[in-house]
Amino acid sequence: MPNVMQAVGNAGRFEEVVLPHLDAAYNLARWLVRNTHDAEDVVQEACLRAFRFFGGFQGGDPRAWLLKIVRNTSYSFLEKNRPVALAEEFDEQVHVRDVPAFDAEAIMVRDVESRMLRESLEELPVNFREVVVLRELEGLSYKEIAEMIGVPIGTVMSSLARGRDRLRESLLRARAKEGTRGL
Amino acid sequence: MVCDDNSRLLHGYLDGELDLIRSLEIEEHLKTCPDCAQQLWGQQTLRKAFRSSNLYERAPSALAVRIRASISQENAREAVAPLQSKPISMLSPRRKVWNWLAVAAAIFLAALLTWRALPGGRGDSDLVAREIVASHIRSLQPGHLFDVQSTDQHTVKPWFNGKLDFSPPVRDLTEEGFPLIGGRLDYIDHRAVAALVYQRRQHLINVFIWPAEKQTDDNLHSESSQGYNMVVWERDGMYLCAVSDLSTGELQQFAQLIEK
Repeated sequence: MPNVMQAVGNAGRFEEVVLPHLDAAYNLARWLVRNTHDAEDVVQEACLRAFRFFGGFQGGDPRAWLLKIVRNTSYSFLEKNRPVALAEEFDEQVHVRDVPAFDAEAIMVRDVESRMLRESLEELPVNFREVVVLRELEGLSYKEIAEMIGVPIGTVMSSLARGRDRLRESLLRARAKEGTRGL
Repeated sequence: MVCDDNSRLLHGYLDGELDLIRSLEIEEHLKTCPDCAQQLWGQQTLRKAFRSSNLYERAPSALAVRIRASISQENAREAVAPLQSKPISMLSPRRKVWNWLAVAAAIFLAALLTWRALPGGRGDSDLVAREIVASHIRSLQPGHLFDVQSTDQHTVKPWFNGKLDFSPPVRDLTEEGFPLIGGRLDYIDHRAVAALVYQRRQHLINVFIWPAEKQTDDNLHSESSQGYNMVVWERDGMYLCAVSDLSTGELQQFAQLIEK
């Protein structure tokens, strides 16, 4: 029996429960669509969807619930506007085992600048990028990530392994390039 | 040459996601395999780079305004539509009363289930939970976070001397990824309490501490309110309540670290 009073209550509750996680929503959308303007549109669309589904929210972690909707909305956006960005997901050409052994000394923490890390993360295929963002920036557990993207926990671990290895590889390449430029 | 299966499990190990037996196996393996040890070191380096980076993208403040506006617009549409599409006379007055009662009963039950477990001294536990969330939110506003800003537990703990009638346990957890960043006095459930502030990546955690006035049965439990999660436990006659927008899982991990 929807009526005006109940509807007002819904909006208030939605704002209290869901909107504290707006930063998390934006961070995920921003890293998935790789553009601030599109990320804002995606988050707004996702929040509107979340509001429509809010009656079906069974309690639990509202952040995970919202992030799942943001992820779906981001993928719909990518399918429609950036099909090429999604195609990378199926690129299995680069095998991490084939990359040369890491020179551990070369990636001392102080030297890894945020900017390089940002560029390397931007370049990562979307399926690896999302698990790295959810784990390293949002701090979700494997179980939470598995539930969100609908894969087994073992797959989350594999994707993280691949994603992080690729990141390190690309950081190394970036450093090598900057190094030669400096010479 | 890095061992394939172990190099995948190394990530589970790094993330604290392996069970005890697997973790021990990996630790054994690391002792004898320099390749894997180097891999792990590299991954830890990468993690540190993430922690000290500015990669977390915060929502522009205008976005919240935009979203609130679009929700209230959507809301107005939803509220008006059913009234127009369905003549009010279709619901008998008695049915309406029962509907309202059902909603009220459901809300009451939900409130009971959610807050029953929070310890309340003199006050009602529901109110205590609300006060805690309100204090947490207030502390996030500019200038309200600390009275004493320090990452040193030996500075923060003595600061409470003479300000409280108890001495709160203070531990820095920087090495575990939850650096202590300060403390302040707060007021919860009709009494002055200690509030310790910890940081986890971009998230802040407030730990409220006050003396327990009655024994509780459960040692650790979790709740959530207004989108914030809290974990409450009792230790040496004191209640500790950690509240944050972190996930319940991470908050429980944090609570266990404090207890170690």
